[in-house]
Amino acid sequence: MRSRTFCFAALMIAGLLFESLRFLDNEYLFFAGYVVLQYVVLATAWNILGGYTGYVNFGTAAFFALGAYTSVALGKLATPPIPVLMLAAGAISAVVGLGMGYLTLRLRGVYFSIATLALAVVVQTFITNWDFVGGSRGAYTVRPASVPLLGSYVQYLFLIMLVLSVIALALAHAIEGSRLGYGFAAIRDDEAAAEASGVPTLRLKLVATTLSGALMGMAGAPLPYYVTYLDPASGFNLAYAVNSIAMPLIGGMTSWIGPLVGALLLGSVQQVATVSNWFGGHPEINLLIVGALLMLFVTTAPNGIVGLLGIQARRSARR
Amino acid sequence: MTAPLLEVEDVSKRFGGFTALDTINLEVAAGARLGLIGPNGSGKSTLVNCLCGTLRNDTGRVRFDGALMDGLSAHERTRLGMARSFQLPRPFTSLTVAENLRIPLLYTVGVRRGRHVPRAELVAREAELLGLVGLADKASRPPRDLSQVEMRKLELARAMAAEPKLLIADEAMAGLSNAEVDDILALLRRLNETGITIILIEHIMRAVMSFSDRLVVLVAGRKIADGLPDEVVRNPEVERAYLGE
Repeated sequence: MRSRTFCFAALMIAGLLFESLRFLDNEYLFFAGYVVLQYVVLATAWNILGGYTGYVNFGTAAFFALGAYTSVALGKLATPPIPVLMLAAGAISAVVGLGMGYLTLRLRGVYFSIATLALAVVVQTFITNWDFVGGSRGAYTVRPASVPLLGSYVQYLFLIMLVLSVIALALAHAIEGSRLGYGFAAIRDDEAAAEASGVPTLRLKLVATTLSGALMGMAGAPLPYYVTYLDPASGFNLAYAVNSIAMPLIGGMTSWIGPLVGALLLGSVQQVATVSNWFGGHPEINLLIVGALLMLFVTTAPNGIVGLLGIQARRSARR
Repeated sequence: MTAPLLEVEDVSKRFGGFTALDTINLEVAAGARLGLIGPNGSGKSTLVNCLCGTLRNDTGRVRFDGALMDGLSAHERTRLGMARSFQLPRPFTSLTVAENLRIPLLYTVGVRRGRHVPRAELVAREAELLGLVGLADKASRPPRDLSQVEMRKLELARAMAAEPKLLIADEAMAGLSNAEVDDILALLRRLNETGITIILIEHIMRAVMSFSDRLVVLVAGRKIADGLPDEVVRNPEVERAYLGE
């Protein structure tokens, strides 16, 4: 019941957002908004593993790029619609997430994180040497000039990412109030005590890596159609890993709302910084902004903006 | 005579070249109050960990409630009715006191039933358990607000929430005052009266002697005595282990 209300509200807000952007009639807003929404999905996905179970994944870029390259590979064989590509990308990233979890989840803390970093390097090396998807040269994706009903292709991509954001947030919200969410929290707090309380910790962690990986892959699937030229250096960009950790950290990691707030805030600031003339117009300044905010929040507000404002979203949602 | 609830047969555990447990044999009857004592490093906690599945014993077998525990993980053993409290309290710090009990309720009671436990029942059970250990007024507080003795009670309440047949209390009273020890002992006696078998691992001899109906002594990974408490403490080998030559 609670989940249904949440989905309904989220869809209403998403619909309202989309219509008001159409009313403003500025293509750039959709273009920039797509990136922000993409980070809403990535941050939410990362938080399902990192925030709920406490396992820090440095390999976001691997799952994200896997999704993108699934689209590139399938796009060379046929021209499936993007939602189909997303499902395929989600399936592949889910399997990789499950495999990664199975191989690494017996490692704890920092050892797990290093293993995810290694995964990112392995996947990137694999893609860079796979000629079919362009190898290190990269791959061009031809996108249609327009789509039915909406007209603008960028608006179509934006809408797809908006729907995926709603799905990701609804999933995160549903997990929080559920048995799964309590199990995740127990794992995060004390794994041995969780086992002693009957929580099947390994299985639950595998569920988390699978869900998290699948969402990241789905977020990556439309990327080739957004950038039209994709090479490994941009697909596996460090920014994806850094941002997907920084956004939940800054927003707050214990509830679904934290990654959303963090992604909206940090994503928007980065988009503005990219096109504005702040700091002499260097787009590299983005990572510096993230770094500065991260330091600020880690030292002054360890529970993020959500914690700072005293919003006990998880508590109130469960009572 | 019915089969014992817990049977430990030739259990050994080595850490590298160190033998932590050396062919331990032990039977615990249903409803018993067993005291397990031994000097520091004698293997008490290792035995608990081997019983509960946190560690795998190198040799031997553990049989609980008629079923062989070989290869079962800790959470599976908890679901079969073997619960433990930890030597140092390990609460779920981001959850409230009541939610700490919800974890075992959801993952043992709920799983055993094979269906969802309604929220109203969860809340009622949490309140009942917290009432039993005297923490009812702390239900919605975080565990960090609890005192040391309250933390131990939460630890026991969480073990109880799993509705165990056997409760292993690993030094549930260390560092508590006399009055607080009596408090915990009274609680354990009440639990035993409801039919729960209890293994009490403890350093405080007064507590062990007043609680146990049987006493087992471990020294350097070996069981050196097993019997009625009064007889065991007069055993010369036990005296030697505790007092020296």
